[in-house]
Amino acid sequence: MSVTSSTATRTAGIPAQRSRKRRLVVVGNGMAGARAVEEVLERGGAEQFDVTVFGAEPYGNYNRILLSHVLSGEEDEEGIYLNSLAWYTENGIDLRSGVAVERIDTAAKVVVDQHGGETPYDVCVLATGSTPFVPRMEGTHRLDGSLLEGVFSFRTLDDTRALLAAARTHRRAVVIGGGLLGLEAAHGLATHGVRVELVHSPPHLMNQQLGAEAGKVLRRSVEALGISVRTGVRTRALVGTERVEGVELPDGTVLPADLVVVAAGIRPSTDVALRSGLPVERGIVVDDRMSCGDDVYAVGECVQHRGQTYGLVAPLWEQAGVLADHLTGTDPRAEYHGSRTATKLKVAGVDVVQMGLPGPETEDDEFVVFSEPHRGVYQNAVVRDGRLVGATLLGDVRKTAFLQQAFDQALPLPEERTALLFDLGAPAEDVGVAELSASAQVCACNGVTKGTIVDAVEDGCTSLGAVMARTKAGKGCGSCKSVVEQITEWAAGGALTVDESATWYVPGIPMAKPELVAAIRAQRLRSVSAVFRALAPGGEEDAKSKMGLTSLLRMLWPGEVEDERDGRYINDRVHANIQRDGTFSVVPQMKGGVTTAEQLRKIADVADKYDVGMIKVTGGQRIDLLGVRKEDLPGVWADLGMPSGYAYGKSFRTVKTCVGTDFCRFGLGNSTRLGIDMETRFQGIETPAKLKLGVVGCPRNCAEAYVKDVGVVAVGSGRWEVHVGGAAGASVRKADLLATVGSPEEVIALTGRFIQFYREWGNWLERTYEFVPRLGIERLRAVLVDDSDGMLAGLDERLQATVDAYRDPWLEGREPVTPGQFRTALPLVDLPLAPHRPAGAPGGLVPEVHAGSAAEPTTTGGPR
Amino acid sequence: MTSTTSAHDVCSLEEVPPGEGRAFAVAGQQVAVFRHRSGRVSAVQAACPHAGGPLADGQIDERVVVCPLHLNAFDLTTGESSGDCAPLRVHPCRVDAVGRVSVEV
Ligand code: SRM
Ligand SMILES: Cc1cc2nc3c(=O)[nH]c(=O)nc-3n(C[C@H](O)[C@H](O)[C@H](O)COP(=O)(O)OP(=O)(O)OC[C@H]3O[C@@H](n4cnc5c(N)ncnc54)[C@H](O)[C@@H]3O)c2cc1C
Ligand code: SF4
Ligand code: FES
Repeated sequence: MSVTSSTATRTAGIPAQRSRKRRLVVVGNGMAGARAVEEVLERGGAEQFDVTVFGAEPYGNYNRILLSHVLSGEEDEEGIYLNSLAWYTENGIDLRSGVAVERIDTAAKVVVDQHGGETPYDVCVLATGSTPFVPRMEGTHRLDGSLLEGVFSFRTLDDTRALLAAARTHRRAVVIGGGLLGLEAAHGLATHGVRVELVHSPPHLMNQQLGAEAGKVLRRSVEALGISVRTGVRTRALVGTERVEGVELPDGTVLPADLVVVAAGIRPSTDVALRSGLPVERGIVVDDRMSCGDDVYAVGECVQHRGQTYGLVAPLWEQAGVLADHLTGTDPRAEYHGSRTATKLKVAGVDVVQMGLPGPETEDDEFVVFSEPHRGVYQNAVVRDGRLVGATLLGDVRKTAFLQQAFDQALPLPEERTALLFDLGAPAEDVGVAELSASAQVCACNGVTKGTIVDAVEDGCTSLGAVMARTKAGKGCGSCKSVVEQITEWAAGGALTVDESATWYVPGIPMAKPELVAAIRAQRLRSVSAVFRALAPGGEEDAKSKMGLTSLLRMLWPGEVEDERDGRYINDRVHANIQRDGTFSVVPQMKGGVTTAEQLRKIADVADKYDVGMIKVTGGQRIDLLGVRKEDLPGVWADLGMPSGYAYGKSFRTVKTCVGTDFCRFGLGNSTRLGIDMETRFQGIETPAKLKLGVVGCPRNCAEAYVKDVGVVAVGSGRWEVHVGGAAGASVRKADLLATVGSPEEVIALTGRFIQFYREWGNWLERTYEFVPRLGIERLRAVLVDDSDGMLAGLDERLQATVDAYRDPWLEGREPVTPGQFRTALPLVDLPLAPHRPAGAPGGLVPEVHAGSAAEPTTTGGPR
Repeated sequence: MTSTTSAHDVCSLEEVPPGEGRAFAVAGQQVAVFRHRSGRVSAVQAACPHAGGPLADGQIDERVVVCPLHLNAFDLTTGESSGDCAPLRVHPCRVDAVGRVSVEV
């Protein structure tokens, strides 16, 4: 590090050998400024930048949130530092602590400090935070313009020291303001035995975060601490000439006080920006890159982004990350889109969690409320169109993880809405933390995500204490401690490896499906490479993500995807299933498992002509031609003249049927006909994972409908049961009854809705036997049968568009899409490994006791 | 070890669609040639070291090829597997001004 701590001024002659690094100057050494520097360093910024930090406060960087704890005596000053003075030295940062910046000369690119010193910069970051707002009251100031003695604000370490000293010698305090800071000040003073009255002009406490009911419950809890509260009352004046003696209310009442804390809000500190000619409205106006001018950026409470200013710490972690991505060039495309993370606080000892709307706004909003004021517990959830759009938890915040997940990802909700707030019997709390995405912020105070906690556990921290020490999670207001503990237990206990990316739709793009879908729609991305360019970190392609993205795009834009063949898995490029020796299997469509003599004749001819390795009746009620060479596929298809059976795709596959009313003695419904009609309608539709259907003519269930993804059972009197989520593969699960309907048309309509809903909400490779229990059959029934969410018309329409876009992929055999589409990729050295006719099969090897483990090449006659 | 390699003209770039691979016999060896979307080409042995899978049918990005059979990934520059398979043989290769791909074997 070459720049020394002496003020390197432009006017001081020839500067000593300037390093080739760029000069980064940060104005404001608070939580945002220091975090920004940390993020820059984390991205290797020390190689790129010489860093200078100006801080008006004469300290290192401390956790401002913990000033509440310092005031209440729970923590001492030493315990709140995030970055000590030594940290700056160790990292080669030139810290100018106790030096305020006056303005920036953006033309000359120098920062001018309070002493007139000029510090040149290449990049400047403003992180000036906010200043307490003193409302207009008479008598706040002495004749000389200074505040009356005994009047304090609560923002800095110095403020806190002064308040602590005053608390020892003063008896009666009035706190003006019943928001977060006012309540914390009142609570802190009360712990020192000071008698506290709190005056708040809005009608209820913490009106910024809470609805009226929650505010009332909070008030009871605060009053239980011995603090008297007046709401809906504006203070008119301070009484006293030199020292404060009391606070006067509009009705003339004077509340006697020798100590007054003004905590009536904050305003972004914009002085420096204003003097520098940067855009300022309520705060310093920044764009999505956190930039407010040429090479000037701003982060933290001083900024206004998309019209929004923030008064809590959570958003600044995100802002600092985006800023650092830009400054270091790690991700030049990074953008900040505003924060809507949950507010999690501990106020006056009470846990408060708030996200989204505090209460219902329209008549159609559902509102679930639980209130138990004597225990200080209040909880609500606001649901709109089946999505969680708001939740408040007070006093009991155990459902935070679950609600935050539902809120962040707009997940479908349990039909039994009370389950939003309570664990109705079964699911344990840790279900919530397991489902929380890795990027979910758990500790808002220190910007710690679930992923960071899990990493710490994997690195060997297995006690709550060790995790907290390593990550700082839970060391702010402490409200998240229980969640941190749950995650620690979950991560330490779960034997399965915890994959950071478990919730992402595909590994290469850090987004869950709903988020990804929204981004693809908004940016109208129609090709896999466009998705990577726009959404992957660094715009980088990822081979293992391509197949899932192709499937998703084809679902979102039926018939309108820009087809990129490399986005497809080999099976989907050549419309056949690759085999162990690189040959392929060909399964023609045989709707409902019904075939004809003519089809069988063709199959027989093709098998002879192309010397097919094996002809086999499959478990899906059709015929498989195995061991077909890639270059023969177009010929096989043409000669068969049958459409693809999609036995290779993550798609709709088959409908197994039984012989039904036409032939069976017991048949109650024409299952064969219905199965054929269903296959005709749903053929080839891409789904998150394979989809296999079954239709049976009576509950004897000969075609195994109860264990199909969709199983239809005729039950008599023209009625049909539709079951979903069954399995008899790697897992065995009996399907859940979705509904009983009165006609085959209704079966097809309901099945279509289920398929489309699964396509839109299922995760990549999530079979219906996982999907259905994840959402719950009640929820599915509400959406798909009762149209609880008004989704049916849309589902029908989008499914229809997909059906309309169907085209038999085997037609590609006539005109290959890419050069060499059907060219062999077989390394023909000592392959194929698969037997030409398997042991035991007609024409195959005579079974032998030692006839090789399947792994050994048992070629008969070699490759064709 | 005394092995000499020399460059062989293998195909024109057009024969390998963007983002895909094709297999060729080059001087008696099976080689899979990949054309990255960035325009680069890579060439490696055609048979997967794991169980002989046809790597030219795999999916690629700028770094790896994923074998179609059991989805093992191999670095196209170093040949190393991201799991614990044996490494691939990597063949230096290039595209000339008129779009011919040559591979050293
Ligand atoms: C050909 C067939 C076996 C047969 O000779 O009967 C078959 C063959 C394969 N099955 Fe199957 N399954 C076949 C019916 C089934 C069935 C029964 C059914 O469809 O009614 C099941 C149970 C139902 C189900 O889907 O769960 C079945 C459950 C599986 C599974 C387990 C899936 C699961 O999540 O539980 C796999 C593995 C996978 O998908 O990851 C699998 C995977 C496979 C693969 C594709 C393995 C692979 O990835 O290459 C096999 C391809 C062999 C090849 O070389 O072509 N196959 N497989 C059947 C083709 C049916 C068809 O006509 O389309
Ligand atoms: C008592 C208290 C309790 C809180 N509790 C919580 C909580 O529980 N949860 C929560 O989310 N948030 C809480 N907050 C809010 C949180 O502390 C702020 O959101 C956060 O500190 C904002 O960070 P910042 O860097 O933008 O501003 P600050 O931390 O205020 O930092 C700005 C820094 O810039 C310096 N500066 C300003 N102008 C200049 C200049 N011209 N030159 C040099 N330096 C300058 C200031 O001196 C200050 O050090 C609390 C705040 C207080 C005061
Ligand atoms: S049961 Fe196993 S071995 Fe048999 S076809 Fe299915 S996947 Fe292959
Ligand atoms: S053969 Fe390539 S991964 Fe198994």
